[in-house]
Amino acid sequence: MGRFLAGRLAATLPVMGVVAVIVFLLLRLAPGDPAAILAGDAASPDQIAAIRARLGLDQPILTQFLSWIGRLLHGDLGASIISNQPVAKLILERIEPTLALATTTIVFAVLVAVPLGVLAAWWHGTWVDRAVMAVSVLGFSVPVFVLGYLLIFGFAMQLRLLPVQGYVSITEGVWPFLSRLILPTLTLSVIYIALIARTTRSSVLEVLGEDYIRTARAKGIGETQVLWRHALRNAAVPVISVIGLGIALLISGVVVTESVFNLPGLGRLTVDSVLARDYPVIQGVILLFSALYVVVNLAIDLSYLLFDPRIRY
Amino acid sequence: MPSPIPSSLASRLATLPPALRHPGVLFGLAVLLVVGLAALAAPFLWTGDPILLRPRLRLKPPSSVAWLGTDAFGRDVWTRVVYGARVSLTIGFSVAAAAVLIGLFIGLVAGYLRRLDAVVMRIMDGIMAIPSILLAIAMVTLSGAGIGTVIVAIAIPEIPRVARLVRSVVLSVRSEPYVEAAIGAGTRLPMLLIRHVLPNTIAPLIVQGTYVCASAILTEAILSFLGAGIPTEIPSWGNIMAEGRQSFQIAPWVILFPGLCVAATVLAVNIIGDGLRDALDPRTARRFGALR
Repeated sequence: MGRFLAGRLAATLPVMGVVAVIVFLLLRLAPGDPAAILAGDAASPDQIAAIRARLGLDQPILTQFLSWIGRLLHGDLGASIISNQPVAKLILERIEPTLALATTTIVFAVLVAVPLGVLAAWWHGTWVDRAVMAVSVLGFSVPVFVLGYLLIFGFAMQLRLLPVQGYVSITEGVWPFLSRLILPTLTLSVIYIALIARTTRSSVLEVLGEDYIRTARAKGIGETQVLWRHALRNAAVPVISVIGLGIALLISGVVVTESVFNLPGLGRLTVDSVLARDYPVIQGVILLFSALYVVVNLAIDLSYLLFDPRIRY
Repeated sequence: MPSPIPSSLASRLATLPPALRHPGVLFGLAVLLVVGLAALAAPFLWTGDPILLRPRLRLKPPSSVAWLGTDAFGRDVWTRVVYGARVSLTIGFSVAAAAVLIGLFIGLVAGYLRRLDAVVMRIMDGIMAIPSILLAIAMVTLSGAGIGTVIVAIAIPEIPRVARLVRSVVLSVRSEPYVEAAIGAGTRLPMLLIRHVLPNTIAPLIVQGTYVCASAILTEAILSFLGAGIPTEIPSWGNIMAEGRQSFQIAPWVILFPGLCVAATVLAVNIIGDGLRDALDPRTARRFGALR
């Protein structure tokens, strides 16, 4: 167990190393002079030179990489080219709305998708199954932002039930906080629901075909018991792992959803920095999200121990 | 030694026609055909000039003159949506072709040359750990907007998934008796890969390719919508919607119609993918193609 943990932790290091190299090389391998790209079309030669000196782009590439990695390992993500503030500080300021949105989305999606997937598998081949599958294909096909605008159009503009846009911290009241998160959560969770429901369905279907399910039925326990005691527990592992893999989907969705609903989170920060070509900030956000993806999937690997006693590391 | 019949290229391709009789595949192909023909025949479909600015006709709702209304610059939304189909389809198919071909090559190399496997797959893991939209945004920002840049930026994050799929097929095929027999008979590596390994990757790759295509069309829309995609002077579905953002509350049609087109096209491609997967091989390709 201890050896497994150490091994699994060590396996994340090369992945994060590759991520760091890619993020580092993106700017350096871009066609043309990176300093000129970041400075924008209207920049004077002096401004370009200033950016080059600031980012150390005038030094040999290996020196640049080593000093960048060194600072990174000390928690220094650099500073924004535009506002001059430390990237870590900008990220911390923007993290609350993103965390709130991600949490409500994951909770909502799991609560909706898992029962849907189980129902579809239980009533395999009936209209319930076909409806769930149809909704799930549809969920994969509608662009996140189109869904967001449809919801704004329906619930905020036509029915006037909910606020159109914006974010209020939970410290200013639970309802103002929640009411502004309902539409973004619905928007973002659709694709996640589609993914989880599909995986749950196929996982439960597979388990229901196993011999031990037939045995359980043969010894005469009720169908509810078969489902709860024997099928669901054994079907859990693929579902949990897809929740982890889906974090990548969620992160992409966050960037778009925050733009549609004007939430001042990390997604907005990313889009704003892209439009302003503020590369140190883009770089910081990419590193953060990639690390998050790696850590979540590590945690999920470990959680199998809880869900499936057959797995022993 | 004659090659074993089940793995020959011709017989594997012969499984395609029945797959095309799948109702989902037929429906999806029909939708795609309509969109494709519209894209090809764009100038003849009662369209005008997609970039003609008509300030006096700003934000007009759908009518008999402008079927889908006009945008904030008075441009005809119908015309722009029809021309936008060209961009979306080009990107969908180019990205799918590029990701499948490059992923196939990397997967074959990783699956067959054990010494390269660990290194290549760690690089693939690293690319997969970076959220694909962010990677694409960063690449487009740094390389400048353009259809070519967008194709590359969307294709790169898709490559690892294809490579993993091919690698797993290679690893499972390697120990098959007919492959061992071929090795025993002295078949050289290129011949071995082409005659015995490659045919086994075709079915899962076709399925994966459709998912990549669907995902690419969606990603183009998202990139352009965020302002890091196709240059604004080219009408693409993402660009039309991006420009409709400011006026959404008074002119929702500018976003809703192109949005509907994206959804219908991606849905068609996804249904084709699901149908082909059911028909070709229920086990190999899982739904992870849609994971971004």
